Amino acid sequence: MALAKLKSDTTEARLAGVTLPTGAAWANAARADAMARVREMGLPTKRDEYWKYTDPTTLTDAAVGQAALFHSEEAALFDAVDRVRVVFVDGVFDAEASDDLAAEGLEIERLSDAMATDIHWAKDVYGVLEARGQKPVARTLAALNTAVATDGVVIRATAKAAKPINLIYLHRDETSDAVLHNLVKVEPGAEVTLLETGPAAARFSKLLEVDVADGGTFHHVRAQGRDHERRAVTHCFARIAAESTFKSFTLTFNGVLTRNECVLEIVGDDATAHVAGVCVGDGKDFHHDDTVFITHDAVNCESRQVFKKVLRNGATGVFQGKILVKEGAQKTDGYQISQSLLLDDDSQFLAKPELEIYADDVACSHGSTSGAIDETALFYLRSRGVPHEDARNLLTLSFLAEALEEIADEGLAEELRDRLEGWLARHR
Amino acid sequence: MLEIKGLEVKLEEEDKQILKGVDLKIEPGMVHAIMGPNGSGKSTLSYVLSGRDGYEVTGGSATLEGNDLLDMEPEERAALGLFLAFQYPVEIPGVGNMTFLRTAVNAQRKSRGEEELSAADFLKEVRAKAKSLKIDADMLKRPVNVGFSGGEKKRNEILQMAMLEPKMCILDETDSGLDVDAMKLVSEGVNALRSEGRSFLVITHYQRLLDHIKPDIVHIMADGRIVKSGGPELALEVENNGYADILAEVA
Repeated sequence: MALAKLKSDTTEARLAGVTLPTGAAWANAARADAMARVREMGLPTKRDEYWKYTDPTTLTDAAVGQAALFHSEEAALFDAVDRVRVVFVDGVFDAEASDDLAAEGLEIERLSDAMATDIHWAKDVYGVLEARGQKPVARTLAALNTAVATDGVVIRATAKAAKPINLIYLHRDETSDAVLHNLVKVEPGAEVTLLETGPAAARFSKLLEVDVADGGTFHHVRAQGRDHERRAVTHCFARIAAESTFKSFTLTFNGVLTRNECVLEIVGDDATAHVAGVCVGDGKDFHHDDTVFITHDAVNCESRQVFKKVLRNGATGVFQGKILVKEGAQKTDGYQISQSLLLDDDSQFLAKPELEIYADDVACSHGSTSGAIDETALFYLRSRGVPHEDARNLLTLSFLAEALEEIADEGLAEELRDRLEGWLARHR
Repeated sequence: MLEIKGLEVKLEEEDKQILKGVDLKIEPGMVHAIMGPNGSGKSTLSYVLSGRDGYEVTGGSATLEGNDLLDMEPEERAALGLFLAFQYPVEIPGVGNMTFLRTAVNAQRKSRGEEELSAADFLKEVRAKAKSLKIDADMLKRPVNVGFSGGEKKRNEILQMAMLEPKMCILDETDSGLDVDAMKLVSEGVNALRSEGRSFLVITHYQRLLDHIKPDIVHIMADGRIVKSGGPELALEVENNGYADILAEVA
């Protein structure tokens, strides 16, 4: 069927003048396939059901809006963590600022190098997991990323990695339009932690494909940067095999528009998949959207979605979360909670939790709430001498605790908690 | 210490008078008890004194060592030395009991212009005080009141009191939800804090708590007023005959 006019106009306007990068034959084919998907599905418009709560116009426009740089006095996140730093400036790899791309248990390459290599494992992941995640809902911005991305990082964990990898996204150009595509392959029994920090660009499209083999472990902790005017659409597509663990946590500060899509497919028995997020937004220009789709296609697997949003001064938060339990995926344990703390009457939270279940021996639950600070708890703290603002912040952190607990590494969780405390103290 | 004169209070949201002229004076070092049937205004009195929202003072005054309490924020009243042990202590997930205690202690010290306690000094003090209340290290680490039994919550209230060292302690139905052993433990905690410079106002339905925390003066509250005051024997009278006789007598 032909695309609706608005959709085809939007798509053609965006693709005008876009040429596909070239590399190895398989890479060229992957990009061409992705571009075919873009044309077939069309870019999202505000009429799409899946974009009902978030207007995609500024993400699909050919032109990029300006985003002022945010100057922070704070030290870079995870500075004290022994890690492999991989730095991108406005979406371009910066070798000088990066560490040697090497650590025990890890193979790290620049995406462009991998895409130029004739025989590479990336062939079986690049655009492959993204394509799998295009049904039943189109995620055309992800396909566009696959088609045009030239930079990013390609990581293969062959054993328990000696240290985490930190992708650091610096933003220096007020009109940058960055596209990054990262791959992670976790071999059987291997384990790796991926950290992502920074605002990246004025507009940022980032895609992460994660292939976790049997018994593998993937930890992901991300802190999306603080620039108020930046826009970002990010996708994470993961394939999760038997007895493996996938845990992803995202903290978002500020940003005029953020859409984080996480599409997980559990394909092996006894696997665990957790995705969690915290966002804090101040002001009517803040719009944050978490869209999650978890497919259970194996027996005895557990998934959790824990999303918490703190919204104030007219900020908007969106959550669309789905658990799909396929036929035969018995003993599935699916949990989903999305909650917002609205610090005033002007802020809003829009939630669309969904369950779709085709197996009869499963335990799935979902819940969604919006609320203000609990007055009784506030009084309790104040009656102990804790000043009003401090009490409110303590209760805000209390509200966020369940999501922060999803971070396995306590040190990382503590650092993010401190940053949140700082943010709350600055936004009174 | 605490002086309440003609205190009249209504609910903010509806036109309902709760306190209709309460007079009460508590001297330093004294333990007063307020007893009374449900709905007599006992808990309201404790909330109004500590500054909870939702009430409107329509008349009278309340002072702590001469300071007008009613215009102050709850945290200012706390810093002056007022403490309310809650009937239903609030659960605060994700905030460790120890963190909470330290935040409270240091906030009060700061507002009084005193130096904050160092982590080491604080830890030493909290451990010693927790031990006497049979609060173990695990309870100190757990989130505030989350998963605590009724008795544990009340012991935790007394621990907070012990750490904050208030001058004027109000205990709002501290005996509710306690078994005999827990009541004994809590009472011992309270009694250990009795001193010349510290006063208590014990609010309770039942006389049994007053077997453990022996009051100097007992007041009977009914329909928003203190209708009768006397010695500890008044509590026994309530225990034996209920409130009906006393209320009939003062009506």
